[in-house]
Amino acid sequence: MLSVVVFLPLAVGLVLLALPRLPDPAIRWTWVAVSAVDLALVVALWIGYDPSSGIGYETDVEWIPTVSSGYHIGVDGMSLPLLAMTCVLFLACAIFSLRETKRVRAYAVLFLLLHTVSLGLFVSLDLILFFVFFDVSIVAMYFVIAGWGHGERARRSALMFFLYTFLGSLVLLLGFIGLYLAGGTFDIVELTAAAPLDGGGPLAGLVLLALVVGLAIKTPTVPFHTWLPPAHSDAPAAGSAILAGVLLKMGTFGFVRIVMPIMPGTWRQYALVIVIVGVVSVIYGALVALAQTDLKRMIAYTSVNHMGYVVLGVGAAGLVAGTAEQARTLAVTGAVTQMVSHGLITGALFLLTGVLYARGGTYDMAAYGGLARPAPRFALLFAAAAFASLGLPGFSGFIAEFQIFTGSLPGAPVPTAIAVLGIVLTAALFLIAFQRVFLGATRTPGPVGDVTVVEGAAIAPLVVATVVIGVFPRFLLDVIEPAARAVVELVAR
Amino acid sequence: MDMNENPAALVPELLLVLAAVGGLLAGSWLPRHRQWIVRLIAVAACVVGMAAAVADLTRPVQMVFGDTYVVDVGLGAVRIIVLASIVATIGLSVDRFSGSAREAEFSVLLLLGGLGAIVMAGANDLLLLVAAFLLASIPLYALTGIARTAPGTEAAMKYYLMGALSGVTMLVGATLLFGGGGSTQYTDLAFALSGAPRVVVAVGLVAVLAGLLFKIGAVPLHFWVPDVVQGATTPVAAFVTTIPKIGGLWALYRLLSTALSTTDVDWSLLIAVIAAVTMTLGNLAAFFQDDVRRLLAYSTISQVGYLLMAVAAAGKAVLALPALGFYLAAYAVTNLGAFAVVAALPRATTIADYRGLASRHRLLALSLVVCLLGLIGTPPTAVFVGKLTVFTATVDAGLAWLAVIAVVNTMASVFYYLRWVAPAFRRGDPAAPAEPLSRAGIWGAVSAHTAAGVSLLLGIVSGPVLAVLGS
Repeated sequence: MLSVVVFLPLAVGLVLLALPRLPDPAIRWTWVAVSAVDLALVVALWIGYDPSSGIGYETDVEWIPTVSSGYHIGVDGMSLPLLAMTCVLFLACAIFSLRETKRVRAYAVLFLLLHTVSLGLFVSLDLILFFVFFDVSIVAMYFVIAGWGHGERARRSALMFFLYTFLGSLVLLLGFIGLYLAGGTFDIVELTAAAPLDGGGPLAGLVLLALVVGLAIKTPTVPFHTWLPPAHSDAPAAGSAILAGVLLKMGTFGFVRIVMPIMPGTWRQYALVIVIVGVVSVIYGALVALAQTDLKRMIAYTSVNHMGYVVLGVGAAGLVAGTAEQARTLAVTGAVTQMVSHGLITGALFLLTGVLYARGGTYDMAAYGGLARPAPRFALLFAAAAFASLGLPGFSGFIAEFQIFTGSLPGAPVPTAIAVLGIVLTAALFLIAFQRVFLGATRTPGPVGDVTVVEGAAIAPLVVATVVIGVFPRFLLDVIEPAARAVVELVAR
Repeated sequence: MDMNENPAALVPELLLVLAAVGGLLAGSWLPRHRQWIVRLIAVAACVVGMAAAVADLTRPVQMVFGDTYVVDVGLGAVRIIVLASIVATIGLSVDRFSGSAREAEFSVLLLLGGLGAIVMAGANDLLLLVAAFLLASIPLYALTGIARTAPGTEAAMKYYLMGALSGVTMLVGATLLFGGGGSTQYTDLAFALSGAPRVVVAVGLVAVLAGLLFKIGAVPLHFWVPDVVQGATTPVAAFVTTIPKIGGLWALYRLLSTALSTTDVDWSLLIAVIAAVTMTLGNLAAFFQDDVRRLLAYSTISQVGYLLMAVAAAGKAVLALPALGFYLAAYAVTNLGAFAVVAALPRATTIADYRGLASRHRLLALSLVVCLLGLIGTPPTAVFVGKLTVFTATVDAGLAWLAVIAVVNTMASVFYYLRWVAPAFRRGDPAAPAEPLSRAGIWGAVSAHTAAGVSLLLGIVSGPVLAVLGS
């Protein structure tokens, strides 16, 4: 069942590839239909999953027995919300791309491939399987940026994206090899039970370094974030939405799925470093975003800021001394919620910048002004997404960040206090951006129409989802909390 | 002493000999338009040989002909890879050599070169190794010059001179080891060399290495590679950069892990350093190549660097042998696939010529991407599993620094492989002439698609393959 959910998009993509005579509209609608079906299947998984049962829908088949690596997949309270978020976002991108006209077949196939690898990564319970999905996501996204990005520059940004994140993946692989040689298997569940490198020592430190650097490049945290702004500013809107919304989560998900459960002692030892990296990312990302004049780059930098909160939360979970388990559980729950929330919000924001680019052909905020008058629906959607992003109560971002701060405060009071400043900075930068683009005298590079029905159908559900999570968070938190508690207990053992 | 002269253990080798002789005779009598029969003989011999080799995999290890030749899983793997590579090379050569004046000779020389590579891999005796080295080398000199073009002739000359020099050096090394150990047979040498003077062993080993490093195109004996690959015809270039490496690397592995298993000369470190330098130089030189064949030539050098990592880990990590075997298979199919794309588009010689390939030949572009990403080691292609196992073996053998160098090199190699991929997916330049992207025939393309498919498949079914190699 779970394998069907994961591989359905790819299978349909291969069929699309094999039918060369299919007209473009048929391809676009097939893509939307598959994404919708996959979302429905994930909802069915969610309904059938008991949060207190640990890993559900498990499949474990031998794959490369020589190195004890298997096709081991399953969901738990941390991956299920991410699966759902991934499917929602890919459906939104499929709908948004109904107006795409450039090499539609290849575009759809690449996104279907990305869909499969994203789902596959979140359900992987084997390091090699995880790595395979991790790497293929890089390749597919490279082609999306290089092939459908904006102009000559896109190819350079795509290359930089590939080189940088590929290096990260290889460093990660070295870390995985270290875990394998210490534990004799690539299976995450077995490694978690054995925690083979928990005796400390230089080897454990090196393996942790490799894992953290590999994942930090993907997340990205300061100082490994430099690939992100060019990749985003030159990628097509749907590509950016997936890159920021889903692919970045692969990094932080790696922390909660792999590093924390398998290397608890080492994680505790270096937790403060992780916390500091998180806080620096929060503040630095927000400050640099504040200085941007390009709307898309600005949103890209807010991703560095928002992922910084996640890193702060998972780092704080390692500061065991003098903190209650409940607080640490809260921090991890908040971190996972933030992954979901950021996926939805940043997806909406990037699709909205795509709307803007389709109208004016530029992301430069100085080229626009007073858009609220000719495009009120656009302004409304953007305002909602922006408020969600800055963490206003009533939106999902507030639920996530509030839990992260509350959970991190006992263990790391000073870093958390500094990180709260990030909220103020993001609030300022979104308000300034909104003012520049939507308020004042109307100023546009060309005629600006409002959000079309198709665009609205893609973006509005994302915004609605953040509100639903913001107002009725229990359905989500009830699933995440048991899994977060399990991770916290593993880290504290 | 029981000589164990059991020819039944050598079915694949004997088939190659028979097919070579038969092909040569048939080629002399057949009219020009029926020369394809020779090709058929060669392919048939390879296919039957593969079946025999697969059947042999389940048998226990045999030492035959006075313990000079070992029939084990390793040799089985080499036989299958080499025979499959010969078939692939013939496949991608049809467009170029069909109906040419040298059609029969081409196939016969491939068979002989392949035979030499297999015997190198099975040799358990220095004298047999030297003889196999010659058999694996001389047909390739002829193949390099077979088109009788000026660059081809020059390349053949250069290849021959370097080969002769390293062959003689190798013979000197074999003599020294014989002098030190009192035997040329590996098992006896293992016993005797532990007490032999270190200097003699070290110098002898380095001299023998000269021949093997030349054969596999590793630094510092790699200078012939780019010239031969660019000067010879594309099918020959594909062959020369694939088959000798299979035999040479396995011969190296066997020599070091058997004959030199007891000596205190630190050959592991020596091989590790050669591996590091080879991959780095190959990669750096490939960076700004605009000629696709020269680019591939340097890429093959860097790949030898990764392959040598498994040799450096020989005897220290259980995964070293399966890793070497799997990586060799993965490399062979992927490299041949990349060359098949080049053979399918004989007029496209530079990276710029590939612009617009995706819109002209969709599948060919896809195969090119699969093969080039495969050479990088992107999952789920076969080379990924090869790299995974090789890196693991290297770290396990205490050579983590080498794995780090390999990671940095892999990352760097992305740059030049993507330099080739990127134009293929750009919109064609409407002002540019269209003929660089005209296809030669269907055989090159078919070979490329097959190789790309196998490269993916081998990665996905790597489990059973590795299990067989590890048994």
